[in-house]
Amino acid sequence: MRRLRTEERISLDLSPFQSRELVERAAALLRRIAPKEELRFMHVCGTHENVVTRYGIRSLLPPQIRVVAGPGCPVCVTCPAEIDSAIQIARKHATLFTYGDMFGVPGSSISLRDARGEGARVKVVYSMADAIGMANPVAGPSVFFSIGFETTAPITASVIRSGVPKDFAFIVSHRLIPPALVALLDSGKVEMDGVICPGHVSTIIGTHPYDVLAKEFGVPVVISGFEPLDIVLSLVELVKQHKRGARVFNEYSRSVKPEGNPRARRLIDEVFETCDMDWRGIGTLPSSGLRLREEFSDLDALKKYRIRVRRDDRMPTGCKCSDVLLGSLSPTQCPLFGSRCTPDSPVGPCMVSSEGTCRTWFLHGGQDS
Amino acid sequence: MQLCLAIPGRLEEIRGKSGIVDFGGVRRTVDLSLLEKCKVGDYVIVHAGFAIQILSEEEAKSTLDLLRQLEAATD
Repeated sequence: MRRLRTEERISLDLSPFQSRELVERAAALLRRIAPKEELRFMHVCGTHENVVTRYGIRSLLPPQIRVVAGPGCPVCVTCPAEIDSAIQIARKHATLFTYGDMFGVPGSSISLRDARGEGARVKVVYSMADAIGMANPVAGPSVFFSIGFETTAPITASVIRSGVPKDFAFIVSHRLIPPALVALLDSGKVEMDGVICPGHVSTIIGTHPYDVLAKEFGVPVVISGFEPLDIVLSLVELVKQHKRGARVFNEYSRSVKPEGNPRARRLIDEVFETCDMDWRGIGTLPSSGLRLREEFSDLDALKKYRIRVRRDDRMPTGCKCSDVLLGSLSPTQCPLFGSRCTPDSPVGPCMVSSEGTCRTWFLHGGQDS
Repeated sequence: MQLCLAIPGRLEEIRGKSGIVDFGGVRRTVDLSLLEKCKVGDYVIVHAGFAIQILSEEEAKSTLDLLRQLEAATD
């Protein structure tokens, strides 16, 4: 163990990325180069939507440049059938651990929070390491409900590779961003003139998995960081690509390397294999999910407790989250938004999760322009 | 927590596979097993209790330089 002396400390000043002056200069540049026609740029990250809305970035943009949120909230696209399975396990078989975002999302009828209120054993943790530390085989078996995109999957894989406690299993609900984008573009379910790719998913997978979007679909691609300047610079880059041809540009190079994080990628490959996956409100997207490889199948909680998952990717009745997730509707265009559906009394998953577009718009006054 | 909200902090101590990271005054134990290598003083991006990358100061500077380059290119 070695402590850092003050004089050794390097400084990493990220404040210019939040500088009003620099953001306004980038926005002025964007206004100067924007073409006359409307361009629709989609991001697929709840944190990007948070930054765009909280900093009022849409109000800085020329009216023809539209930034829309795609299916970037992992909790929102987790199917009711998966949540129902987790509830069944927590009621009958094991203590169920999960991340806080998952806690309040309703399955086909109730959420894990409701189930805990009725006596089911549900615990919320910040990190999977906390769940491992809290698991107590003497008191009974444990299950981790593991959701999230490529950023979270290597954490699950790392924990599995380093050995889990006795009687500890997983519901694996990880989903993958690039195959989902390919499937959505292929099916024509989304319309976009460029895509803003998530910075931390890309920190793991690198830049190459997006090549297909630029090469085969001709869609401009930028990998963006999470500060206001990152977002506006990324929009400038997408407009440039719209004029000169699509490529994959890495604006977030301070974190994303072309090869990503090789150790994390290797762990994902060792522990998981890809599978077709249902996305709530969207449908089945080929090769967009992960499941445990055969050699780790004894850690699969659904097999262990013989839970039969019937397919169900519906949204609650009257809820427009499906259209919000595909960027075809703004939250404020949903008749339930802010009246029947609020963070205190949410109807759909996009109002429950802190990464959901509806919740972000409600809390931070989101609007189209 | 927000699942994809990964935040930078300064690695202050290394204790085997984990380390102490300072997030502007708040110190937390962070798992370092997803990093090939790291050293005390590195700024790491932490997601759900795991460090997923070391931030590059040089690359941060070159991104800031991008705005000036783009402005020059469109003058």
